[in-house]
Amino acid sequence: MIALSSLDVEHLTGIRGGRVLFRGLDFRVAAGRALCIEGANGAGKTSLLRMLAGFLAPAAGTIRLRTKDAEVEDGEERGRFAGWLGHRDAVKPQMTVRETLHFFTRLYGSAGDVEAALETVGLARLAELPGQYLSAGQKKRVALARLALCARPLWLLDEPLASLDAAGKAVAAGLVAAHCATGGIAVVATHEPLEIACERLVLGPA
Amino acid sequence: MTAFLALLSRDIRLAARAGGGAMLALAFFAAVATLVPLGVGADLKLLARIAGGVLWVAAVLASLLALDRLFQADFEDGSLDVIALGPLSLEATCLAKIAAHWLTTGLPLTILSPLLAVLFDLPFAATAALFVSLLIGTPAVGAIGAIGAGLTVGVRRGGLILPLIVLPLLAPAVIFGAGAVLAVLDGLSNGALPLLAAFSFAAVLLSPFAAAAALRLNLAG
Amino acid sequence: MLRYANPAKFMSLSGAVLPWLAAASALLLAGGLYLGLFAAPPDYQQGDTVRVMFVHVPAAWTAMMAYGLMAAASLIGLVWRHPLADVAAKTAAPLGALFTALGLITGSLWGRPMWGTWWVWDGRLTSFLLLLFLYLGYIALWNAIEDETRAARAAAILALVGAVNLPIIEFSVDWWTTLHQGESILRRGGSLIAPVFLWPLFAMALGYTALFFTLWLVRIRTEILTRRARSLMLMGAP
Repeated sequence: MIALSSLDVEHLTGIRGGRVLFRGLDFRVAAGRALCIEGANGAGKTSLLRMLAGFLAPAAGTIRLRTKDAEVEDGEERGRFAGWLGHRDAVKPQMTVRETLHFFTRLYGSAGDVEAALETVGLARLAELPGQYLSAGQKKRVALARLALCARPLWLLDEPLASLDAAGKAVAAGLVAAHCATGGIAVVATHEPLEIACERLVLGPA
Repeated sequence: MTAFLALLSRDIRLAARAGGGAMLALAFFAAVATLVPLGVGADLKLLARIAGGVLWVAAVLASLLALDRLFQADFEDGSLDVIALGPLSLEATCLAKIAAHWLTTGLPLTILSPLLAVLFDLPFAATAALFVSLLIGTPAVGAIGAIGAGLTVGVRRGGLILPLIVLPLLAPAVIFGAGAVLAVLDGLSNGALPLLAAFSFAAVLLSPFAAAAALRLNLAG
Repeated sequence: MLRYANPAKFMSLSGAVLPWLAAASALLLAGGLYLGLFAAPPDYQQGDTVRVMFVHVPAAWTAMMAYGLMAAASLIGLVWRHPLADVAAKTAAPLGALFTALGLITGSLWGRPMWGTWWVWDGRLTSFLLLLFLYLGYIALWNAIEDETRAARAAAILALVGAVNLPIIEFSVDWWTTLHQGESILRRGGSLIAPVFLWPLFAMALGYTALFFTLWLVRIRTEILTRRARSLMLMGAP
């Protein structure tokens, strides 16, 4: 995992379907810090995350990742630094929890320990269960384990607490805190308070 | 390479499991091939004559049946986002998916085809030509189909639009593929197989770029 | 060139050109039809049937030109992300489909007395039938995607894939058919057609081209105005 020194966003403008979501957004997240994005439904939280991941090109402005000796601006190159946790959990109904995690670990070429990750998110007992039998909260836990295993320095999380119970929320907060403690950056779109120290950015009507 | 193989083997495993498309496409292929003699009559001379064309068209339709889910399933459950951010380029991702689709659809169809050719009383040499033409031609079907699948991912009624946009583009594959079988029946050497190989090679080489461009577009959404 | 790609500039310029273009297409088509249907003598082999050629061949040419223009506009839209190019590509498709259908129908009408059947699997007719499906697929894809920019990009990719594949389709269909009549008009080393047929043919070809551009401009203008009206309504909404 290449360490990042910061995520720098300058004059960012987002437009979806002809509607301006936000204009002239500026923020900076340093290594080891988390940023919580808040805002009403439709304020553009998901679009902002998709822009940070490089899926969506900004209408204007720049997104820059700084490492110790380079700056990365290109969307697809930025994507190689990103760990993604979206609304949908990337859990296949026909694959067991363990298979899912093994697949993504191999795909990302990471050295993560699947069994340890299963233990962390409390799914060790369900490892052999196919995804179709999991509840929404259990799927979210699989996604959290995958995120931790994929070893990316920039975490982009879209409502990570959705459908998690109290214990699950604590697991999520713990993972984000641990990620930041090792010098990672996390950007979290949420309207529930995440129980960790984070800076706040509120997206309002443009 | 590990990443490519990881995606390839995972897609093969998914296709082979219940709910995957592999068996479905095979059954569809066999059902269409069985219905044709019921429609045109049991004249074995006629059936041998049309076998190449019928089996080729059936193979194309069967391939398309499974292509609808090529990216759609991963798109719907969010896997495509995570795969796209992985170390594999989208082009390589498309190539892996095309390869997995061929190994689970095109190749089994090809292997099944001599059995169905028997129902059409196709002579042995022509059956061999059919087998070879499907073997080298079905990759083109998957590759060009992948462009259509990429374009219609996340689109309402995408599964209905996919055949409409892909079938005309596949005309050369059907023409050369069935042409190779006819050439053997007529005792001609018309060069259909080399033409089919060239078409297939170009399609497999170029399609991942077009399919990746289409995916890039739909990932923004 | 890019100066005229500004929609406002385009509207004023196209508004000025449009009446002249419409008049030119009317004159050329009227002249061509008169020359072709009345002035030209019947063909010594085909008789009066040859006159179908004057409405058929230019329709086929225009249909192919329309695909070329659509693909070019798609490329421009994809590379330079210009909305006017997207609109141009989108509006060219139904016109291209229309001229393709016209070519197919007139070809079939010509085929009836010539070949004794409404349809033959002749190379030209077959590739035009496939061209019609390419157009229909393009239009269907446009209509299926709600977001306009995304629809334009997706359709542009399809148009370009089609443009790469069209020569191969042409080749394969030519290869496949044996009934095919060879090129006889723009053959290298001089034309095989008598000048008395050539003049009306060229007049009709120019007339069809002018007609295509007239209709294309009208459709582009309509699309721009529709989008403008829609954004005005959206702005006015509470």
